[in-house]
Amino acid sequence: MAASNTTVQAAHEIARKRAAECLLERHRFGWAEALPWLLAVTAFFVFPDRMTFGSQVLVMVMFALSLDLILGYAGIVTLGHAAFFGVGAYTVGLAAARLQWTEPISGLFAAAIAAAIVGFITGWFLLRYRGLTLLMLTLATAIMLQETGNLRSDISGGYDGLPGLTFKPLLGVFDYDLYGHTYYLYALAVLAVVFFFVRRIVYSPFGQALTGIRENVLRMHAIGSPVHWRLVMVYTIAAAIAGVAGALFTQTNAYVTLTVFDFDNSAKVMVMLILGGTGRLYGAFVGATVYMVLEDYFSKLSPTFWQFGIGLVLVLAVLFAPRGLLGLLERAGQYFTEKKRS
Amino acid sequence: MRMIGWLGLAALAFILGGAAQAETIKIGVVLPFSGANADLGHQIDKAFDLYVKLHADDIAPHKVELIKRDEGPPTGAQAKTVATELITNDKVRLLAGFVFSPSAIALAPVVTQAKIPMVIANAGTAWITNLSPYIVRLSFSMWHPAFPMGAFTYDKIGCKTAAMAFTDFPPGKDSTEAFKTGFEKAGGKIVDAIPMGSPVQVPDFTPFFQKIKDEKPDCMYVFIPSGAHAAGVMKAYGELGMRKAGIKLIGPMDLIPDNKLQDMGDAAIGTIVMGHYAVDLDSAQNKALNEEWHKAYGKDSYPDFMSAAGWDTMHAIFDAIKKLNGNMSDGAKVVDAMKGWSADGPRGRVMIDPATRDIVQDEHAMEVYRKPDGKLGERILGTTKAVKDECKELKVGRCGS
Amino acid sequence: MPHFAIVAVSILFDGLAYAMFLFITSVGLSITMGLMGFVNLAHGAFAMAGGYLVVTLTRTLGVGFVPSLVIAALVVGAVSVVFERVLYRRLYKSTDLEQVLLTIGLAFMAIATATFLYGPIPKSVPLPDWLQGDVNLGFRYFPSYRAFLIVLGAALIAVLWYAFERTNIGAKIRAAVDNRRMAESVGINVDRLFTLTFAVGSGLAALGGGLAIQLLGLSPSFAVLYLVLFLIVVAVGGLGSLKGTLLAALVLGVFDTAGKYLLADAGGFFIYAVTVAVLLIKPAGFYGRE
Repeated sequence: MAASNTTVQAAHEIARKRAAECLLERHRFGWAEALPWLLAVTAFFVFPDRMTFGSQVLVMVMFALSLDLILGYAGIVTLGHAAFFGVGAYTVGLAAARLQWTEPISGLFAAAIAAAIVGFITGWFLLRYRGLTLLMLTLATAIMLQETGNLRSDISGGYDGLPGLTFKPLLGVFDYDLYGHTYYLYALAVLAVVFFFVRRIVYSPFGQALTGIRENVLRMHAIGSPVHWRLVMVYTIAAAIAGVAGALFTQTNAYVTLTVFDFDNSAKVMVMLILGGTGRLYGAFVGATVYMVLEDYFSKLSPTFWQFGIGLVLVLAVLFAPRGLLGLLERAGQYFTEKKRS
Repeated sequence: MRMIGWLGLAALAFILGGAAQAETIKIGVVLPFSGANADLGHQIDKAFDLYVKLHADDIAPHKVELIKRDEGPPTGAQAKTVATELITNDKVRLLAGFVFSPSAIALAPVVTQAKIPMVIANAGTAWITNLSPYIVRLSFSMWHPAFPMGAFTYDKIGCKTAAMAFTDFPPGKDSTEAFKTGFEKAGGKIVDAIPMGSPVQVPDFTPFFQKIKDEKPDCMYVFIPSGAHAAGVMKAYGELGMRKAGIKLIGPMDLIPDNKLQDMGDAAIGTIVMGHYAVDLDSAQNKALNEEWHKAYGKDSYPDFMSAAGWDTMHAIFDAIKKLNGNMSDGAKVVDAMKGWSADGPRGRVMIDPATRDIVQDEHAMEVYRKPDGKLGERILGTTKAVKDECKELKVGRCGS
Repeated sequence: MPHFAIVAVSILFDGLAYAMFLFITSVGLSITMGLMGFVNLAHGAFAMAGGYLVVTLTRTLGVGFVPSLVIAALVVGAVSVVFERVLYRRLYKSTDLEQVLLTIGLAFMAIATATFLYGPIPKSVPLPDWLQGDVNLGFRYFPSYRAFLIVLGAALIAVLWYAFERTNIGAKIRAAVDNRRMAESVGINVDRLFTLTFAVGSGLAALGGGLAIQLLGLSPSFAVLYLVLFLIVVAVGGLGSLKGTLLAALVLGVFDTAGKYLLADAGGFFIYAVTVAVLLIKPAGFYGRE
């Protein structure tokens, strides 16, 4: 009897060690993960003239990343994510225009906190709903925020916005320049920090719980997992990150208008994420970059009809890359590793 | 002797070379080519293309190259990216176009830093020209037509009371404020000011107009963004029988865009607008423009006030090129060359005010009537000459900074 | 008649006309989303196609307005079958997100195509004389076009109600919306049913698009500009319910009109405030199933 007990205990030990290793393993950075960052830095040297555009791409990547947390990992589908982007953007804008608070990095923190508060409050009320209901509720929230801004356009500047914002040089040294070099590297640095943070969350037990909620919420309830609180938590974090993206938007553009709350913004970021591939973190990178680059390319090719090109790409993507472009890359990778084996 | 010969040859070569040194001046054209306001962009674009085609010889041996980019939606962000790249990548010497005020506003710090002139062919927020010394506007500010209309409405049309209805965004607020200032100064009374929703979607105007109909003012001043809204306004006005009820419809030119006027039917007859351009305007330049326009774009296409502004924009740019002999490398010199520029254009006499770099133009009060040939046209009731932007003159609000 | 009564009747009448437009255009979306769970964000594009067809028929081919509406509805309905068979069918088993991506892509392509064929300038339609002008009801004049909308809407509601409640096909559709597997197991060919409802829904959307030209104007962006509005009507009414879509259209149409009339400053709020209020209390909409 004693012998089998120790065997069982030993088996338990081994299993627990394996589980721990498994989790730890994920936290280690695979070599392929360095790729997008290398590309981003390379872009800085290869396309020095396109850094204004590059900053906008990075802003959208961050925005899409924040959406991936709730859409890809927690399975919450919303159409109002622009609300948090807008809150972050306006926090920085109003601080600079009305309070003369122009330090950029503290602006990011302020934006994150403001967006997180809005995310927490709306999330607590709205995350009890799902499906089309949640879509409409989140959409209505974003639009009502926009309308409120328009009502007090004396404060918000309405659709003409807050012009001519100036920001103190970063860390007291690096100032804005016409070519947008400083701000590109700034955005990249912020993205790296945010991404590291998101990655930790996703691979933590909390992240596992989220996946559980996405896959089978009933079971999660059954095992006593605090589903609603987990969802509100991740929604708040995602809101904060979207807020930081919005803040970066205002800082890189030195301008913000009420259109940041537009439904178009929420829809666009969702399309970018789905295009890239949800629930895999780097989908946000691939999707946002590909979409923005294509939009830019088509729009130069035909300023009037470029939407046709983008529409066609989306349709083809759905038909031939159902798990997003990243899914396509993954399958290609698998195909080659299998070929090697055989 | 030989030295002088060589020097002489060198000097000759230099002179000849200088004279024959033809510049290709790149101009960045930023207009909305797609999206809900694409029709506005196309109206200006067509005017640009037409002027460049017809007047290419005026600046010979120099040439102009238009690099066109989509302004995008009225958020300012895309316009800023696109225009910044036109400056840094395509190395344009000038930017021209800009239908939306947010685009011009977003770009102001960029053009100041880059020292590139920005010539506005539409964006109408009054204080835009204050944002940078490199901004020159050839189109109008909301105050140009609205302020004189206030006085005209009271004095000449005879309305003692007026209600205002406007799309709820900055141009709407600016325009109604300008009208109110002018109207009240003349002695009139504003009975109501009704915001009519966001500029993005054309709303159902009936509830707003119904309310005004119940209030029975003498006149109703309506401001809507150029484009799709005008037809909706006219339909609602007609359907509710407001003219029969004794409420005159007045407003800026956006109310009766030239390319939609014919469709508006009887409901439009009697509408009085104040504006700087009409297809029927009786001037040699305008007749020539219309003729060339129909030749190039067909008989169903008409120029409108935006096309007229686009035409004058190119005219001003071309005159600057001539004045500087093709040397557009110093942005400040280009702006100086444009200050005080004046010419007879399709709108009549126009001038760029050297103090504000904004347009000075005649404003005509026009009434819609049915011409003998059955088409709808506009006849001029009165003209206020050489109108400046009163917002900056009176230093109202942001215009004072 | 006392003033407030006149105001109330005005609001009701205008709101009713607007509601009819909302109903006609949105009912197809509600039934298809309820029946097959397919998120069709290209619905607005079908409405737009109907509108542009009416423009071509009336302006270029000289067909009358009302016949053009009918023809446009039939043509778009027929063409939608092609889309359904070739494209949509592949994605019935896919996730909502993929359907979103596909249909948004189609909507974008539709916008660019409309711009190419018709140009970006908004279009209008020539209306027959009896639709212009107004109808005198004693205390108030009402625009004939809006009266027409109300009458047409009522007629369509009657036809649809009859088809839904009193015919075999209607019963089959209701059964399939309620419980698809059961319906299939009793021998109902749900796939063919869906093609039929999709065609009818798209045809009705085209009709709505043609009617909208006079109300809201038509330009290539129509496809996406009013999409949010249709989604709101569908969500508030409840997926797959005729009654629900009607009630939602009425409530939203009247409240929106009332809001614009009485409190123009906050006009934009009303329709969204009503939506939030309804959904918080009845998450599945008026007649949706939980």
